[in-house]
Amino acid sequence: MSGTYLGMPAFPRAAAAATRDTRLRANLTHATHTIRDKRAAAVAELDDWAQLRAAGAAVKDRTLRHLDHYLEQLEAAVTAAGGQVHWAADADEANALVTRLVRETGEHEVVKVKSMATQEIGLNEALAEAGIRAYETDLAELIVQLGGDLPSHILVPAIHRNRSEIRDIFRREMADWGRPAPEGLSDSPAELAEAARLHLREKFLSAKVAVSGANFMVAETGTLVVVESEGNGRMCLTLPETLISVVGIEKVVPSWRDLEVFLQLLPRSSTAERMNPYTSTWTGTTEGDGPRTFHLVLLDNGRTDTLADTVGRQALRCIRCSACLNVCPVYERAGGHAYGSPYPGPIGAILTPQLRGIEGSLEASLPYASSLCGACYEVCPVAIDIPEVLVHLRERVVQGGPVTRGGSRVVLKPARGHAAERAAMRAATWAFDHPGALRAGERLAARTRRLHPRRLPGPGRAWSRTRDLPAVPAESFRDWWRRTRGEPSEQAGGEA
Amino acid sequence: MRVALFVTCINDLLQPRTGQAVVALLERLGVEVAFPEGQSCCGQPQFNTGYRQATEPLVRRFDRVFRDVDHVVTPSGSCAAMVRDNYPRIGAKAAAEGRGPELADAAAAAVAKTYELTEFLVDVLKVEDVGAYYPHTVTYHPTCHGLRMLGLGDRPRRLLERVGGLELRELPGAEECCGFGGTFAVKNEAVSVAMGADKVRNVRATGAEALCTVDNSCLLHLGGILSRQGAAVRPVHIAEILASTEGNEW
Repeated sequence: MSGTYLGMPAFPRAAAAATRDTRLRANLTHATHTIRDKRAAAVAELDDWAQLRAAGAAVKDRTLRHLDHYLEQLEAAVTAAGGQVHWAADADEANALVTRLVRETGEHEVVKVKSMATQEIGLNEALAEAGIRAYETDLAELIVQLGGDLPSHILVPAIHRNRSEIRDIFRREMADWGRPAPEGLSDSPAELAEAARLHLREKFLSAKVAVSGANFMVAETGTLVVVESEGNGRMCLTLPETLISVVGIEKVVPSWRDLEVFLQLLPRSSTAERMNPYTSTWTGTTEGDGPRTFHLVLLDNGRTDTLADTVGRQALRCIRCSACLNVCPVYERAGGHAYGSPYPGPIGAILTPQLRGIEGSLEASLPYASSLCGACYEVCPVAIDIPEVLVHLRERVVQGGPVTRGGSRVVLKPARGHAAERAAMRAATWAFDHPGALRAGERLAARTRRLHPRRLPGPGRAWSRTRDLPAVPAESFRDWWRRTRGEPSEQAGGEA
Repeated sequence: MRVALFVTCINDLLQPRTGQAVVALLERLGVEVAFPEGQSCCGQPQFNTGYRQATEPLVRRFDRVFRDVDHVVTPSGSCAAMVRDNYPRIGAKAAAEGRGPELADAAAAAVAKTYELTEFLVDVLKVEDVGAYYPHTVTYHPTCHGLRMLGLGDRPRRLLERVGGLELRELPGAEECCGFGGTFAVKNEAVSVAMGADKVRNVRATGAEALCTVDNSCLLHLGGILSRQGAAVRPVHIAEILASTEGNEW
């Protein structure tokens, strides 16, 4: 797999391939169940979790409702603290901006803090085209980058790799990127971590430019916040001379009081920790300490359009904790790559079709990548009703309708390939709205039951290839009722 | 108390035994049950696949058919959740699209009176021992919509624990989805079946004779896999266990 998500097949095909990969299944089941159980225990420790969750959702909703206000407040505060703020409407604008900012430093290398936003816009590839090499410094992102691979989890990007695969990647690839792997490297976690530490330390000490994202931006003081577990982020944020942060506009929170809520919600939901290990905050530039130059690139890339959708906008509350991935039975079996974006799992299934639009076949398949079991909603620390948004987006796929694109209202046509389904659904509604016809149909099904095939043709094959069909009984419930209880007293709506 | 059975379309056509069990059980508990014949389907297949507007006639029909009763009881967590969670959404969207409050009113009336069977028994009739007898080992799978949308909690278990002769076997990973998911079962066949196969492995590991749920739709999927595997485990709806009495197994 190369470093781009473009041209990914629709979800069912990619997911089916993943279900047959026994090693991937074993890696994912082990990892997701471990994190899932730890999260449940960490959350259960707090008596006020439900209130915290409600507060998190309310703070995000209020901020999103007044996003224009808080973003301008943030811009003013960052500027006053010595930073420079840039606005990027889409991925191309953001990539061009960051490329120009790096070029202006005269450097050809940057170190990176783990960042979802820069993956979303494909920044590394854009920088590479401009002759700038970006080094990922998060351990898992390093594994993914060295392996020419793609992340498959928000928090644990290399969740699909086990440690012997990681050792092989380190041995094979590290020399091409900098300090080679130590001789005789084994697959013990301590040795692998030490190899990564030695390899990365070189980068931290030589890099003049760093690129980061941010988990939060505090509008009242213009402070950015990065939450991480390894300390690599702290190195990137403090050692280089120039820091460029690319952050989605929905990451702003009004005040430090609001931030406090999320610094409780996020670690328990993501890594099951009571307190996050490395929380870095910075406000513009500080004389004699840290980067001399700080650029903040505020990224829209479909967020304002998403905000215009009254049901779908709740996806913008997401704080990227990945709790929904870890409980999702579909993610556990399909793996992250099947979602075709840096945002896998349930949150990706509602975020990707909104940020990118739903016209592509992958994007149109994502809202259906769920059994609607609701486990994601239950664990979401900001109470995103993911099943509600999934069904809302399914409607957009099959029915089309008005959406906002680039700030203007456009009316989407229904996606192709749903004509037979649409006809079947309408026919079902007609039959269900005409009980006389329904009864006749049921009787026909019962009378012909000995003729029913054991395996269905057409779309029904997807059922009967692996599951036996139930036998149709000789008598429907309504016929049994009429036969045993006599002619019914027809009630309202009982017309045929 | 005027009580009507909403049997659901799947039970009407494929599992009439379950509907008959609900009638027998409620009558045994002294409840007179009506079956308004104008009823059909709650509209969940259409709604969950994205055809919201195709469900609107069925919301109106539900309201009209059950207007004169105090309680609507249904042996399906999923269909009860459709009425309680999604009918109000359908009504609100219709109003937002400028089609008036009529559908929202119909939805509100339906929500107020609709109960899943075990909720009705425990919350309205206030019974947990229904006088049932079922001398078998049973494992219980709490289906997702009952568990997470309706919040049935331990009501089904409390009922099962009081059934004479019944031995309840703990199901590992009980709260994980079985992989049915309506049209998900065919749109994402591979993942659906992988989920179902894992669930069935857990079910078989319990050694129970019967697999019980509050939803026949999930049992259609799990039963289909069990049957294809040639497993002896019997899929059974909770109503059929609760309707069983000494000497008269449903």
